[in-house]
Amino acid sequence: MQQYLPSDYLPIIVQLVLALGFVATTMLATNYIIPKIFRNRVHGKVKDDTWECGIEPQGDARTPISIKYFLTAILFVLFDVEIIFLYPWAVNFRSLGWLGFAEMIVFMTLLMAGFFYVIRKGVLNWD
Amino acid sequence: MELSVFIVKSIIILAVFGVSLLIATYSTWAERKIAAFLQDRPGPNRAGIFGLLQPIADAGKMFFKEDFIPRQANKWLFIAGPSLAMLTACMTSAVVPFGDTVLVNGAEVTVQGIDINIGILYVFGVVSLGVYGVMIGGWASNNKFSLLGAIRAASQNISYELAMGLSIIAILMMSGSLSLRTIVEQQHGMNWNIFFQPVGFIIFLTCAFAECNRTPFDLPECETELIGGYHTEYSSMKLGFYLFAEYINMFVSSAVIAVLYFGGYNYPGMDWVRESLIGGLGLNWGHNLATLVGTMVFFGKIFFFIFFFMWVRWTLPRFRYDQLMNLGWKGLIPLAILNVVLTGAGLLAGTRLLSWVLILGVVLVATIQAGTARKRTVAAGRLSKV
Repeated sequence: MQQYLPSDYLPIIVQLVLALGFVATTMLATNYIIPKIFRNRVHGKVKDDTWECGIEPQGDARTPISIKYFLTAILFVLFDVEIIFLYPWAVNFRSLGWLGFAEMIVFMTLLMAGFFYVIRKGVLNWD
Repeated sequence: MELSVFIVKSIIILAVFGVSLLIATYSTWAERKIAAFLQDRPGPNRAGIFGLLQPIADAGKMFFKEDFIPRQANKWLFIAGPSLAMLTACMTSAVVPFGDTVLVNGAEVTVQGIDINIGILYVFGVVSLGVYGVMIGGWASNNKFSLLGAIRAASQNISYELAMGLSIIAILMMSGSLSLRTIVEQQHGMNWNIFFQPVGFIIFLTCAFAECNRTPFDLPECETELIGGYHTEYSSMKLGFYLFAEYINMFVSSAVIAVLYFGGYNYPGMDWVRESLIGGLGLNWGHNLATLVGTMVFFGKIFFFIFFFMWVRWTLPRFRYDQLMNLGWKGLIPLAILNVVLTGAGLLAGTRLLSWVLILGVVLVATIQAGTARKRTVAAGRLSKV
């Protein structure tokens, strides 16, 4: 097994610096430099409004939204954590053999039981 | 890490960064040309020969358009949204193995940003951060359509991430490693994972489409319902960043598909090519040239998948939102779990081919369903005639 030193991760820092530099330069150019040189930012009371079918914006956009989206997010957190539990098992799959497989079948059965409950409860029904 | 190795690595990262930006730029041209070909029209042909200068003209135009920020918007978040989307898109290519090794002063250096032993987890981690870019941008706009698009995008991306994570597990069971390079090396000699994991590949491909917000899963920017979706209020290079990030994501996911299922830089007869090149040119040049050929083959595979993304975009119509969610949660997740169980049982019993049983099962079920569905429509047709 290869051992990793913190310095081995330096290329990721290089990539991050490169990406940050690219994004920051472009954003600076499009946000400050080019509008300053070409004076192409035009302001007006109606023009600065957000777009809404050609009428004046009614109220604030940040209104309550359907609970379904929140339920999906909560379910995602639950299931994603359980899927992450499968990863170490999958990597050591061959050395764990049939016993590990049987144990994981139990785990997946429990997972699918919860999944089945969620579906029967109608959480994932969109209409 | 030695300094010379670090310098070579930095050059490789710089080259990969440049190449991914270039490919993303020309993907926009390729998309328009392919759309034109599929719809029997010429496509962009005014800027340069075959319209090859069109992406550069587009980028120039984007820069000089008015950079609009709505009054009600949250200014800093409005800028942070596209920046984050672009940043995460640019970060992923670091762990993708673009080729075998190059010999520099007798030291072997891998053609890859960094070979970490958690490669695939790094890809997942960075890709799932991408949803923040869309979410922040849509929320900061303070526009109802933007917010709806952003919430759709977030909910769709997290739903398909589950099935994607599950479809990878079967690959990990076969390779026993999370490192992308190890996964590629194990596919040497036409042991491509696609032959053993057809179901995993189909699930992964579908999820890759959904994660990139490409048709048939482009509901976050569904024009007929949501104007422009999360980028309704964006203009100038901020809009450009959102569109550009999509193409970079497409490039990276094509690369990851090629690595996981299509053998990465492996191709049939690569050992023979390497040996004859070394025999003709000596160890140093022969080995490096053989690596270059492998990298070219890898890019060929990537281009095929980028083409496939576009081909699907101009062939399939868009899903409805409930269909999308049903496919992700009720279709792909149980299928992926079944695939994991079948692959595991097969591996322990000594065969890697058990996943094909699932394909047979799915085809059988689909055939039966199609058969019964036809009877039903015929009966309904008769009823309506009566």
